[in-house]
Amino acid sequence: MSVITYRQALRDTLRAEMLRDEDVFLIGEEIGVFEGSYKITEGLLKEFGERRVRDTPIAEEGFVGTAIGAAMLGLRPVVEVMTINFSLLAIDQIVNHAAKVYGMFGGQTSVPMVIRTPGGGGQQLGATHSQNIELFYSFIPGLKVLAPSGPADAAAMLRAAIRDNDPVLLLENLGLYNSKGEVPEDDEPVAEIGRAAVSREGSDITLIGYSRMASVATQVAQSLAEEDISVEVIDLRSLRPLDRETIVESVCKTGSAVIAEDDWLTYGIGAEIAATIQEGAFDFLDAPVRRVAMAEVPLPYAKPLESAALPSAESVTTAVKETLNAVGRRVG
Amino acid sequence: MHYTTAHEDTELIQLLTPDGELREHPDYPLDISAAEVRGLYRDLVLVRRIDTEAVALQRQGELGLWASLLGQEAAQVGSGRALRANDMVFPSYREHGVAWCRDVDPWELLGLFRGVTNGGWDPNEHGFQLYTIVIGTQNLHATGYAMGVQRDGALGDDGTAVISYFGDGATSQGDTNEAFNFAAVNNAPVVFFCQNNQWAISEPLERQARVPLYQRALGYGFPGVRIDGNDVLATLAVTRRALRSAREGQGPTLIEAFTYRMGAHTTNDDPTRYRVSAEIDEWKQRDPILRLRAYLANQGMATDTFFAEVDTEADQLGERVRDECRALADPEPLDIFREVYAEPNSHIDRQRADFAEYLASFEDAGVTEGR
Repeated sequence: MSVITYRQALRDTLRAEMLRDEDVFLIGEEIGVFEGSYKITEGLLKEFGERRVRDTPIAEEGFVGTAIGAAMLGLRPVVEVMTINFSLLAIDQIVNHAAKVYGMFGGQTSVPMVIRTPGGGGQQLGATHSQNIELFYSFIPGLKVLAPSGPADAAAMLRAAIRDNDPVLLLENLGLYNSKGEVPEDDEPVAEIGRAAVSREGSDITLIGYSRMASVATQVAQSLAEEDISVEVIDLRSLRPLDRETIVESVCKTGSAVIAEDDWLTYGIGAEIAATIQEGAFDFLDAPVRRVAMAEVPLPYAKPLESAALPSAESVTTAVKETLNAVGRRVG
Repeated sequence: MHYTTAHEDTELIQLLTPDGELREHPDYPLDISAAEVRGLYRDLVLVRRIDTEAVALQRQGELGLWASLLGQEAAQVGSGRALRANDMVFPSYREHGVAWCRDVDPWELLGLFRGVTNGGWDPNEHGFQLYTIVIGTQNLHATGYAMGVQRDGALGDDGTAVISYFGDGATSQGDTNEAFNFAAVNNAPVVFFCQNNQWAISEPLERQARVPLYQRALGYGFPGVRIDGNDVLATLAVTRRALRSAREGQGPTLIEAFTYRMGAHTTNDDPTRYRVSAEIDEWKQRDPILRLRAYLANQGMATDTFFAEVDTEADQLGERVRDECRALADPEPLDIFREVYAEPNSHIDRQRADFAEYLASFEDAGVTEGR
């Protein structure tokens, strides 16, 4: 084990997969000479050359579309979309082609492509550069959407995504790139796509998150433990396919649930999780399912306003306590 | 607004006039035997027959939809016959004539339009991808595929050239323009084959562009050529050269095949509501089959017996197309889950199991009622 950042875990895994498989190549804007806006591709152009690391014109639809064509030839492109906001420019190629070529070509041509892209606010990047729109892709049959919350998962999920024969969107997070965690050094774990993790066991309430909010959920659970509240944390890890069994099993055990999400509330990922809970654990619920999400406004640029709009450890903690109060357990 | 029409365009490459006279062109020498010209004539007639039958089958309720190629046979056969086995085609949804040249059975196309299959032919075996319905998107796939070919070093005389088919409407799409740019900066081995049939459903060319379409290529930094798309010989010669140039690593070419969609956009629209019949009458004078037939006859390259034999073959093919279409088997309801993901998937497994149970509940009910 070594302790490295989320950024380093992604970068090391890209390199290892490129060494392992000649067909793996990187494509995107500013990924070569500039080494990526968030330096995930640092040193890779120097090591592998332009044949494996392709800087493209500044045109998202263009480089996603050409990556699909390369995947149809049998190559394994790993596309970097600088932030998920820019994926809006490529949404037709992602939704109508990456997700549908396999079916519309009669199951004869798969698209083994990865789109790596960070979401996340909190960086003072303004409303157009701070969105969490993974829901758009999680909605689409034919796509897979993974959302690692820590360095070990980032490595294992990127590895799984590259080796998978379907198009996978790997949701990274601007707020997680510098987070640190233990990552196995020698073996190369490959994540099972579609499997959530119980990242902390507990008995009083289930707290569900993904990406940055899974990390926040763990912090909340740790601090509530000091108040003798036992929170079970579920890290969804995969938004499509969704691991409904793990969610339902946990809520059946604890009897209540709070969902923490970085996207907007209405129609958000949490709505699907809440529906999953009422379908699978209705008879076990002792209180209404709560959702904590971003204020439904374009995310402000001003720091105090941006902080006010985003969900936080405090807002999640409050929701957990209010839910437990509703259950009848009086807590702070 | 002024836009150039074919007859006033001095840059139009034409080898065979509408009257069937051969005109030599210094840049595009024609290297073709009499037997090959007869073969092209046969292709044109048979492809038109397939199209005619398919329109009729749609009218009879046998197909959900058909996109007719009537009038565009020469653009498709000329370019299709310019291809080599190793080349790869990215079609739109109207390239039935190119499919014919790539040995895709016509009833495989009918299977798509009847909706009983999403596939039917192996794109790698035929060097012909499946149809793409969204306008212009395949230009990016073709470009990316070509960049991959280039990356793999599969160029040279026995290498692979990629060709992408699209219409005049697609030239307005961002995907097409991004594909032109990506192909240019990467010098990708791709030929962009635009069939300018003058109409994007109801929108005429002057609503798409203020410059002749082939001139777009110059702005991106590669050659653009306008050909008479109703002249199968010019189409063959120009496409051969563009494909060779791609294979030899000289990068992309845009070919604008100036032609006309004689029928509807698809069987879902009525072109008499948006265009005048005089235009159609004018284009009938430039029919691709009549001019080749006149050339063959005038040159003594084909006899009446040959023309009669081709007509008989077309009748036989028409009958086969009708029979094969009606014999296409309907898919099973559970097939909807079959081709969503290449890998096993828990969402799909759950849905399939639920739906199978739902279907089984009807079977049980049916047995009870039967008794």
